[in-house]
Amino acid sequence: MLPSEFAALEPFNAWVLESERDRYSKRLASSMEEMQTFYDAAFPLLEQASDHLDKFPLSELPEQERNLLLLMFSLVNVSFPVEVWKQARVPDSGAAYMDLVVEPKV
Amino acid sequence: MPHFTKPEAGSWTENYPELGTSPVNYEDSIDPAYYEAEKEAIFKKTWLNVGRVEQVPKVGSYFTKELAVADTSLVIVRGKDKEIRAFHNVCRHRGNKLVWNDFPGEEVKGTCRQFTCKYHAWRYSLDGDLTFVQQEKEFFDLDKADYGLKLVRCEVWEGFVFVNLDPEAQPLKEYLGEFAKGLEGYPFHEMTEVFTYKAEIGSNWKLFIDAFAEFYHAPVLHMKQAVKDEADKLFNVGYEALHYEIHSPHSMISSWGGMSPPKDLTIVKPIERVLRSGLFGPWEAPDIEGLENLPTGLNPGRHRAWGNDSFEFFPNMTLLIWKPGWYLTYHYWPTAVDKHIFEANLYFVPAKTARERLKQELAAVTFKEYALQDGNTLEATQTMLKSRVVTEFPLCDQELLLRHLHKTVADYVKEHTDAAQ
Repeated sequence: MLPSEFAALEPFNAWVLESERDRYSKRLASSMEEMQTFYDAAFPLLEQASDHLDKFPLSELPEQERNLLLLMFSLVNVSFPVEVWKQARVPDSGAAYMDLVVEPKV
Repeated sequence: MPHFTKPEAGSWTENYPELGTSPVNYEDSIDPAYYEAEKEAIFKKTWLNVGRVEQVPKVGSYFTKELAVADTSLVIVRGKDKEIRAFHNVCRHRGNKLVWNDFPGEEVKGTCRQFTCKYHAWRYSLDGDLTFVQQEKEFFDLDKADYGLKLVRCEVWEGFVFVNLDPEAQPLKEYLGEFAKGLEGYPFHEMTEVFTYKAEIGSNWKLFIDAFAEFYHAPVLHMKQAVKDEADKLFNVGYEALHYEIHSPHSMISSWGGMSPPKDLTIVKPIERVLRSGLFGPWEAPDIEGLENLPTGLNPGRHRAWGNDSFEFFPNMTLLIWKPGWYLTYHYWPTAVDKHIFEANLYFVPAKTARERLKQELAAVTFKEYALQDGNTLEATQTMLKSRVVTEFPLCDQELLLRHLHKTVADYVKEHTDAAQ
């Protein structure tokens, strides 16, 4: 599913998600342990993933590379719970929600 | 001691003596009768930004806009002559909503050659002419020329599509005035990659403008978003704007931008350090024309520490331009005295590489984390205002734009009420 150099991230394929809505939902449905494990595996590879992906034009990413980018979007999404919030939900956000109804296609 | 120079009048607020400095009454955000008055006096009279030209790129491209606050729905469409027009979204036959999909209340978009009513298949051209009546001969002296779609004033400024339900309204550019003139030439047209957020917020529309028209709350409400030492420092320093300006009914706040990039990399989250992006957007500007020599309306205080300018175009559009070359808009669409739809659009130069796209993703995700905190706080404010236990609220010098907003609304409502008597 991912480029071979990133085989270490294959166990986290469930984080390859098409939309921000999907990524945010998975974040809310995940425990801190699950997100921490994903973050610990993916974060050290973020720079390398960016370098690898930048060899391709964004509009013509091969499927495995596109999966890798979607996985990194999920990393961005869990970075808040892991790096600052220590919980999946945004603190002080109660029942408030905000839907991303338009996002750039990749 | 202020960190930045204040006007000779002594404060930003006293620089506009008509605003006064006394506490402000927030009855305007809880009284249902006042809300009804706002609908008539403001939302049916002023220019409202409903989108951008990129949303109607070619002949036949259209989108609908629900305007509960003006008791209507509009269709915005690019006609055969490439002109953008706005129509009331209502079929002339029996008043059915003309353009919608499964759910009448939901906004839709698409491309078509003509509009066909779902009810009895009356058809309209992209220019709004009635072109086909099912079983036309069954009608009585029906002249199709008399039954075109109801046109709404629609004008474009720098790619922003505005409508006005008042046929007598002054031209858009005249209404937008000095601030718009000062922004002309900014490369909005290059920043076509958009993230659109929507939320229903349980507060009066003005309260969310209040939240985004001052940054006095930022070091407090959003404290946990910075690492602890930085949060403590921000809390102790507080917030001061570089510059405020009012050209009524519009206003603006100019602010510093120390996080883009930050002087000290240890103050930002690890992912921001790697991606070089965050709430203030990607730290490096995109490679396009038009960012070197900015229009004169930006950074009016000519400060070296400048980071962004936020314009409040009355009544319900915020346009926030960031120094590194991206911008966002907020719209607050009232649906009731204590409810509104909040819409935020983040606009970037389209990413060419995955790294650029990741930077934008981080900026967009970060925006949402902040906005959720803002939105939720407002529901708490609304309920307590409604209790009327406290009716007068002191506003500080950094809350100048709020004072101006509530006074401007009051002026519009009063003028309208007086004229009706």
